[in-house]
Amino acid sequence: MRKMTNGETRVASLVKEIFGLIDGGFRVMEVCGTHTVSIFRSGIRSLLPDRIELISGPGCPVCVTPIGEIDRALSLARQEDVVLLTFGDLMRVPGSISSLSMAHAEGSDVRIVTSPLEMVEIAQGEPGKQVVFFAVGFETTSPAIAASIREAQRKGIDNLFILSSLRLIPPALRVLLSSESLALDGFLLPGHVSVIIGAEPYGFLAREFSCRGVITGFEPLDILEGVFMLLRQKREGRSAIEIQYRRAVTEDGNPHALQLLKEVFMPADASWRGLGMIPNSGLALKEEFREMDAAEAFGIPCEEVDDPPGCRCGEVLQGLIRPPECPLFGRQCTPQHPVGPCMVSSEGSCAAFHRYGAAP
Amino acid sequence: MCLGIPGKIVSLSGDIAEVDFGGVARKVSLLLCPEVNEGDYVLVHVGFAIQRLEKKEALETLELFKEMEQSWDEEDDKR
Repeated sequence: MRKMTNGETRVASLVKEIFGLIDGGFRVMEVCGTHTVSIFRSGIRSLLPDRIELISGPGCPVCVTPIGEIDRALSLARQEDVVLLTFGDLMRVPGSISSLSMAHAEGSDVRIVTSPLEMVEIAQGEPGKQVVFFAVGFETTSPAIAASIREAQRKGIDNLFILSSLRLIPPALRVLLSSESLALDGFLLPGHVSVIIGAEPYGFLAREFSCRGVITGFEPLDILEGVFMLLRQKREGRSAIEIQYRRAVTEDGNPHALQLLKEVFMPADASWRGLGMIPNSGLALKEEFREMDAAEAFGIPCEEVDDPPGCRCGEVLQGLIRPPECPLFGRQCTPQHPVGPCMVSSEGSCAAFHRYGAAP
Repeated sequence: MCLGIPGKIVSLSGDIAEVDFGGVARKVSLLLCPEVNEGDYVLVHVGFAIQRLEKKEALETLELFKEMEQSWDEEDDKR
């Protein structure tokens, strides 16, 4: 019989400890698309006691972007001299009528970037164009965008604009905990958002809501250890914020990133698919950079658009239903023909469920 | 979306580094992580280093990746 690897030995011992600690139902929510995918891909649920429920929340920034904001990006992309830049996972997200990928096929200049610094190069290299970066992401991504905006300023670039759909995780956690229908025993907190913001911003979870949180990494071992640490808190009668992902996350986060964020952006009200409007949950450009704001510069308002009929992405994002409970799942809504963002995004809950088969 | 990959700084010049991700090298910005040196391991997201990693732990992650790949390959070979 093949000898177990170190990793497998550690998995086995963590699972044993988890079984030892479990005492009644235990509902844990993760709020990071990368956690969603990692949990599915590794099949961790099949190792855990049935009484542990791992629930997916609004952790996919693409999925929580309202349809109206996609439409707004589309109307910019269609303009004559505009180059619209985006991360790849936004291309196929359906707006009211079209998607960025469809607009591109119809001749709009839509390009995928893998780093926000590319927007600086592109704007510099094409002075006749108006380059708009459709900025979608959480705190992991927004500092890189802030740094790139600073670079553009430093180089005196005047044809670069930012369409901000950037959001912040802690305000969404507050809204989730204020919902009566979602009873949680704890959060697996997002590892890479926390590399940036540290542990302190989550303190209110424990102080105000007696809710447990463990900042967790993305390997299967990390997730098992995160679940174990939440259970251990319960056993010890504690509600605290702990760091499992110690190799990357510090209490104070990344001070350079936080400083850049503060210099370039300020909190603004933002609308989240599924959660509605959350005060101070988004990022807007500060006064000094306001002329780069695409919505203002192009005078394009954001319309409120209803979800397509039957689409229950909103409830999936709040962790109230599992993807198969949506009537469209696997029928009208598949990865090839997605209706809502939870199916189209590579980190969406519905896409993960569909790709990896029904969770055990 | 929150993908962060560990890599090793092979060389650096100003605020751009050449980072090796287990055989593939890419240019990475150090604007968010200025206090790093050649030989350091960093966590990279959308082309930016966002954290310096302790070598031991970075290697552990990379080692875990390799271990799991190897064991999956062995299982596949058996089929």
